[in-house]
Amino acid sequence: MQHNTIDWKKYIFTFLITAIIFGTAIYLSSYFSNKKVAEIRGIQDKIAVDILSSETQFSLLAESSCKDIDNTSLSKELSSLEGKLSIAEKDRGTDNSEVQYLKQYYALLEIKDYLLMKKVAQKCNAEPLYILYFYSTPDKCPDCEKEGYVLTKLRETYPKLRIYSFDYDTNLSALQTLIEVHKIKSTLPALLINETPQYEFKSIEDIEKLYPQLVKSLATTTVNAR
Amino acid sequence: MPDISNTIIYIFIFISLYFEVFVLITYFETRLTIKEENVVIKKGLKKYPSVTIMVPCWNEAGTLSKTIHSLLNLNYPKDKLKIMIIDDGSTDNTWKVAEKFKNKPQVEMYHKENGGKYTALNFGLTKITTDLVGCLDADSYVDKDALQNIVTYFQDKETMAVTPSVKVWQPKTIIQLIQKVEYGWGIFLRKMLSYMGALYVTPGPFSIFRREIFDVVGGYRHAHQTEDMELAMRLQTNHIKIANAHNAYVYTVAPATLRKLYKQRLRWTYGFLKNVIDYRFVFFKREYGNLGIFVLPVASLSIFSALYLIAVTMFSFGQSVFKEIIKIQTVGFSYTWPAFNFNWFTINTEFLALISTIALLGTIYMMLLSRKMSEGNVRPGLDMLYFLTLYTFIAPLWMAKAVYNTLFKVKTSWR
Repeated sequence: MQHNTIDWKKYIFTFLITAIIFGTAIYLSSYFSNKKVAEIRGIQDKIAVDILSSETQFSLLAESSCKDIDNTSLSKELSSLEGKLSIAEKDRGTDNSEVQYLKQYYALLEIKDYLLMKKVAQKCNAEPLYILYFYSTPDKCPDCEKEGYVLTKLRETYPKLRIYSFDYDTNLSALQTLIEVHKIKSTLPALLINETPQYEFKSIEDIEKLYPQLVKSLATTTVNAR
Repeated sequence: MPDISNTIIYIFIFISLYFEVFVLITYFETRLTIKEENVVIKKGLKKYPSVTIMVPCWNEAGTLSKTIHSLLNLNYPKDKLKIMIIDDGSTDNTWKVAEKFKNKPQVEMYHKENGGKYTALNFGLTKITTDLVGCLDADSYVDKDALQNIVTYFQDKETMAVTPSVKVWQPKTIIQLIQKVEYGWGIFLRKMLSYMGALYVTPGPFSIFRREIFDVVGGYRHAHQTEDMELAMRLQTNHIKIANAHNAYVYTVAPATLRKLYKQRLRWTYGFLKNVIDYRFVFFKREYGNLGIFVLPVASLSIFSALYLIAVTMFSFGQSVFKEIIKIQTVGFSYTWPAFNFNWFTINTEFLALISTIALLGTIYMMLLSRKMSEGNVRPGLDMLYFLTLYTFIAPLWMAKAVYNTLFKVKTSWR
């Protein structure tokens, strides 16, 4: 006859070890998430300093030449930041207050970069290529995902193109002012191309037709390369 | 909804991690005992009890001869070993193959009308006169030391049944290589379950019993075509001790194709679920020890958790594929090799990813321990890779159908 004894201590010990493993995973996940947010903040602060520096340079424009002011690297940093921000958004959720704050900060940096780019272009008689893109969550804007693919592809095809993307619902007064200034309606996705708002999904071909300078820029780049 | 889904996933992962930790603790508690058992086995037997091995067969003409030869080659005194071939109404040449052995004094042969494996075994039990009795399926072969090693465990007077370690016979196809790892894992797990007093299957190939236990608990039952599980459950509920001889190897011809494997596993899983329902009174009862409190509830839950987790994974995978299709439709297909500059930022450090990685590492560690026990080395091979990548996707096929058949009372056929 077998006596089925139960070693309760073993059950409790197993529970403790499992709980410790679970707790360690929770701690590590939170630790790495905080590290990522800190890294994003660091990049944003660096970009803020860079923008301030460019603005200062711009104020001194009278005493310097146009070629000294170059903020193209800023745009690249901004777009890499966008990728990291979406990872943090996936990690912590869209509603997370930290993510909301980072997104506000990011939108503000984009607006500042956009304004600076326009000012520099005006002074230096340049014709910058840029698109302002307003998106929202999939439930409010089912076509935004597709539009995102189109703009990513355009950015790859036309390296000179700057795309400033804004979450339409970001609670930031500067962004709301930008929306009002350009009279962007809430019909999303919305694009501002050549200072004209465009609504509904636009394919690569649509955008190339609406923005012929894009194709020209590629031709210029090719000629210069030769 | 995602929160509820995540909570369910966390609970399932916690339970499976708990099970892994429990099994590993059992291993660390008992690894010296395993070594001691090896020493006892090496010493050999002083007294050899008489044994009958029943070989029930139904249309096994292709493998029967090899099975009988492996029994005849057993390292066991000839006068103490009887081989009983029971032809369960075969319609092929099984009986002719059996007749080739009629002149062997150890071999007894019987022919009966087809009634199913359990009827063949019960028929055999009525003719048994030996101390021990076992069964070997006619598609399995034994290692020559298997019986001696098993019988050693009967030196403990309390032990009434001993299960062997089942291995895959010459695995060739990917499906068989996957089963090789699975059976190896089974060898390890069965040993741990035996120490917990929670073995719930006495495998058809070469589990050996004291003859008298059948007088106590009765013969084999139909048991939804998984009579080996039902018998083990019956022994456990009668508080009869089942041991495991980890180094008594039995080889079985594993299904070579997915279709055959699906059929076999559907029968096993369906049988498991039906037997669990029949023996539901065992659940959470202290008198049935670890089997009732822990092992059987977790084993039952694992079917549902595996199905749930794979459904969530497949849904998520489907979403990614759908997104990719939309992307290709929108901007065309273009693939650029990812840049190989390491950036820790892109590593998924979400809780679910981390805990799944820990659980996976635990599984790999136990797979290596299983390999050490079954193969004598810890060299990882392609079979482990096949197992880790493919088994997760194929096992839910029969699990889902078995659950469906159980819920909607669909008959599950033998072949």
